[in-house]
Amino acid sequence: MDKLKLMKTANEVRKDIVTAVHSAKAGHPGGSLSAADIFTYLYFEELNIDPQDPKKADRDRFVLSKGHTAPGLYSVLAERGYFPKEDLKTLRHTGSYLQGHPDMKHIPGVDMSSGSLGQGISAAVGMALAAKLRGDDYRVYTLLGDGEIQEGQVWEASMLAAHRKLDNLVVIVDNNNLQIDGEIGEVNSPYPIDKKFEAFNFHVINIDGNDFDQIDAAFKEAKTVKGQPTAIIAKTVKGKGVSFMENQAGWHGKAPNDEEYKIAMADLEKAGEALCQM
Amino acid sequence: MSDVKKIATRESYGNALAELGSEHKDLVVLDADLASATKTGVFKKAHPDRFIDCGIAEGNMMGVAAGLAAAGMVPFASTFAMFAAGRAYEQVRNSIGYPHLNVKIGATHAGISVGEDGATHQCNEDIALMRTIPGMTVICPSDDVEAKAAVRVAYEFEGPVYLRFGRLAVPVINDRPDYKFEIGKGVVLREGKDVTIIATGLPVSNCLEAAEKLAADGIEAKVINMHTIKPLDEELVLAAAKETGKVVTVEEHSVIGGLGSAVCDVLAEKAPARVLKIGINDVFGESGPAVELIKKYGLDADSIYEKIKKFAE
Repeated sequence: MDKLKLMKTANEVRKDIVTAVHSAKAGHPGGSLSAADIFTYLYFEELNIDPQDPKKADRDRFVLSKGHTAPGLYSVLAERGYFPKEDLKTLRHTGSYLQGHPDMKHIPGVDMSSGSLGQGISAAVGMALAAKLRGDDYRVYTLLGDGEIQEGQVWEASMLAAHRKLDNLVVIVDNNNLQIDGEIGEVNSPYPIDKKFEAFNFHVINIDGNDFDQIDAAFKEAKTVKGQPTAIIAKTVKGKGVSFMENQAGWHGKAPNDEEYKIAMADLEKAGEALCQM
Repeated sequence: MSDVKKIATRESYGNALAELGSEHKDLVVLDADLASATKTGVFKKAHPDRFIDCGIAEGNMMGVAAGLAAAGMVPFASTFAMFAAGRAYEQVRNSIGYPHLNVKIGATHAGISVGEDGATHQCNEDIALMRTIPGMTVICPSDDVEAKAAVRVAYEFEGPVYLRFGRLAVPVINDRPDYKFEIGKGVVLREGKDVTIIATGLPVSNCLEAAEKLAADGIEAKVINMHTIKPLDEELVLAAAKETGKVVTVEEHSVIGGLGSAVCDVLAEKAPARVLKIGINDVFGESGPAVELIKKYGLDADSIYEKIKKFAE
């Protein structure tokens, strides 16, 4: 998929995110929007997957360790054809299979249940380890929040991943700089994030996580790395694409009301039209 | 019972894993720097390529086990009960229990029979914690024969299983040709009409001894070995309660939330009966030789006998 098409798809994913969270009257738009470009790249470019056969044995695996951004994952899965887009409006509704956090038992395309922060990366390490033990050549990707890496388990998992030389594992940190209580540097700074992963023996790549050229280059580079896992530190804008949500911690876990929803969709429609002019 | 063969169930665990590992290539064993104590070292020696030492990081180990299971392998994650059920409770709940992944948790050094290490390492709360997780099977074998059988059955069973093993060598009591381990099926070891003793794990053999003493006093005790605490063999519990009227539960675990509570849950709803719960009475343990602690905390045959005698009269 070319860059323009990826940008257009990401814009659709963003509309889906806002629509799903609006319909749910709850959820996490900020971190879903910041990672929308990464979600899009993974599911439309990077991952060896088949929406018609979600459990295909040799598929690449993705674990959303920052599970609260399920609206981002569900939106890209729907865009990719794992389930109907209309279903996104049932997000968080009683009886819907689209649970507030990823549920591998009921959602096609979800490889691991997650949501309790710090745990998804461990499961990803287990999946990568399984591939190594059996000689399978699938790859494993996991997306973490920058606030999430305050969890000690992230570093337990990272230590083991590097110790086991899991070069089939890519850890992506969505560095949107905000967590619920404010700026990550103010709450309990995890910076310098890249140096920390380097110290844990990861191959580290710093990128602008809202720029498809840089995303593309990073994932291509990760595939060439041998003998160590890769960490992609993706600098992003929380709430990216929705004017009033950008860089606002308040939009971490809040749904837009009807009025705000209209504005958000107008922002994204406009962005979509601009992309069509390109 | 000094001439009886004694083996710690943690030894049985290690031996069973090594054996099973030769039969099944999808079996992997994880540990958190305790392989020599949990006895997974036996597996490591036999199958070094499928042994993963996660270092001292139990929470991560449970998550890694979940990932291995999600990718189709059958992991046995091993550490002390304190760290498996206690420290890593939330990882077990959310990464293994919620997605109902096929992870087997081998928890050794359960209860006060840990001995000298003292209260920080004596987990008397793990059964309570594990049985609250939906879909978790909880097994506490009473001897070597049962422990080995339980490991084998746990491997064949699809779904998360918590296996509870001890540090102290305990008498082999199930060594008979017709022995069969079935998840959720208690075993009547002795018939009796006056009182039912339902026990799990280490104290089962002591209960058999206590029952002999009670018999000498004219009290006939039925003894049930309840190796599976969840799912509980309700049918057997109800039938025994109706038959004998009085029920005693015995476990090397807190009287809060363990076998005793599980039995009371069933009886209170379906067949109210008087119940005496013998276990650790809402206190922390302490350092000391295991055998002395078992006596001090009332789980030896004499203590069990005395308490039941008073209760049954």
